[in-house]
Amino acid sequence: MSDAAKQEGQILGGYLVPNKPHALLAPDKSPGWRSLRDSYDKVREQIEASDADLLILFSTRWVSIIGHQIQADPAPEYWVVDEDFHELGTMHYKLRMDAEFAETYRQCASVRGLHARTVAYHGFPIDVGSVAALQLLNPDNRIPACIVSCNVYSDRAETLVLGKAALDAVKKSGRKAIVVGVSALSNRMFTEFIDPAEDHIHSLKDDEWNRKLLELLEAGRLEDVSQLSREFSRQANGDSKLKAIWWMAAAMGQDNDYQGTVFDYQAVWGTGAALVGLVPSPGAGGGLEYDEDDSNYFHGDRNVIATAANTNKVDDSS
Amino acid sequence: MRGCLAPHPPHLAYASNPPQNEPKSSGAGAWTELLDGYKSLRKSLDQGEYDVIIVHTPHWKTHRGHHLLGVEHFEGLSVDPIFPNLFRFQFDLDVDVELAEAIHAEGEKQGLVMGMMRNPEFRVDYGTITSCYLARPDSKLPIVSISSARSYFDYSNEVGEREMLALGEATRIAVEKTGRRALLLASCSLSHRHFTEEPADPEDPKFEYIYNANQAKWDRHILDLIEGGRNRQILDEMPDFIEQAVSECKDGSLTWLLGAMGVPELPGKVHGYGTVIGTGNAVVEWRLDEQAVQA
Ligand SMILES: [Fe+2]
Repeated sequence: MSDAAKQEGQILGGYLVPNKPHALLAPDKSPGWRSLRDSYDKVREQIEASDADLLILFSTRWVSIIGHQIQADPAPEYWVVDEDFHELGTMHYKLRMDAEFAETYRQCASVRGLHARTVAYHGFPIDVGSVAALQLLNPDNRIPACIVSCNVYSDRAETLVLGKAALDAVKKSGRKAIVVGVSALSNRMFTEFIDPAEDHIHSLKDDEWNRKLLELLEAGRLEDVSQLSREFSRQANGDSKLKAIWWMAAAMGQDNDYQGTVFDYQAVWGTGAALVGLVPSPGAGGGLEYDEDDSNYFHGDRNVIATAANTNKVDDSS
Repeated sequence: MRGCLAPHPPHLAYASNPPQNEPKSSGAGAWTELLDGYKSLRKSLDQGEYDVIIVHTPHWKTHRGHHLLGVEHFEGLSVDPIFPNLFRFQFDLDVDVELAEAIHAEGEKQGLVMGMMRNPEFRVDYGTITSCYLARPDSKLPIVSISSARSYFDYSNEVGEREMLALGEATRIAVEKTGRRALLLASCSLSHRHFTEEPADPEDPKFEYIYNANQAKWDRHILDLIEGGRNRQILDEMPDFIEQAVSECKDGSLTWLLGAMGVPELPGKVHGYGTVIGTGNAVVEWRLDEQAVQA
């Protein structure tokens, strides 16, 4: 192997983890949350056994409007309280971010046409989904992390480009990375105060769709799940259109060649909370079924409202 | 009681350059209509007397009903997770917990799911902080902050509207029972599709215009209804406005305000209208206290 090939980074695997902090803050209030907490330990052990030197998180709980924000404070230390579940207590955090990688990711996103920026501000409220994931999966900050936001307006094409930019940045930086999608499956919550011990998936329909998705993920068919995301979200109140899955699938190479493990599937206040692992396993997934368009560059959205003349101008220049 | 539509773009706090906010603006000139609108609102509000500011905020989102701050004092640093480049603000707020609890109780009587937020480390949302600052920058008045329940999103616009009118009614009854003179702030924009890019200088006025003509038309229409005192018609059209103009009224603040004021046939004074990253924002005041004096 040449030196250049040796130095090129790679994505070692990916995990999907819940978007709520209940397993961290109150595991013993509900058998399901306890189960999740124990399963987080198994995922943590698997990550510890890998030789990953970077965790890249895409969190549906960090919403952005101006493009895509990438956390670049090397040692963020503050606290956060879940805006809905404030009674569960405060999450004090002290994390470790790979600021150099964050800048590389920003550059790679920009090359692909995305509006992206790094943020590094004292007191910045890191989202509860990311804090819970990092505290449970990487409690001593052994592996530095990077977190990218979920733009409220981005759809599939833009999110795929953001995922591809993550892979570009990993390769360029020579990191051995694990990607983490912080997201619920079905995201319909109970809209009143329930007894946590009786928590369950909000509806049978949501539950059935969650199980169908998990069946595919267990078979390693990440790209198929990515292409099913729109329908899933329509049918089962998917969390943020399942952008986390789009991002993960794009970052991991848009195929079905993974060994999938469903570590757990439980309800958190009615939502589908799953812990899933995907490790590249060439040849595992068989043929691909490309139904949806695939995008490599993003061309912005100001053009949507441009006049015909302006649109032509933009086209001419590209 | 006096009611205001008092939108919370952190850009306006940023452009005002208060000592509390760490980033300093360039003064390049964007958002002047809104900054002038707030100036005019503040002048008008100076003529009233208040015991408390009650704010309904879109940026404290709760799925389990309507929550209220239930801790007497909050202070600290508020960094906007969406515009951290513009808003890193030192705040210091007292809460009228007695009134908050009264609204909580009245809300439950209306059949609403209500919650009190008792965690002293809670990070007060920047919608509350910004609207209170812009409307009454030197105020030492206690506040009540009400979260935005997700009823519009979890059920439908119609369900959300009914809940917000009931929450408004609960607010009004609680204000009356506790004998407070209240200033009500609905902390939301009108049309609300944003641009997803920002120029190098976020305050560069060249880049500041309405996202599209549809948003402009809807906003103008709503402002006409406000100025005509046709508040009932605003409610009739609200579900359509929300969908067609991607309005931030989907977070319920304006309907709550109209409900709290008893949906008066009283024209609102529009102090200013302008755009922030493509969204439409109006600063509006309904002087219910003057109507009461004249009656
Ligand atoms: Fe807002």
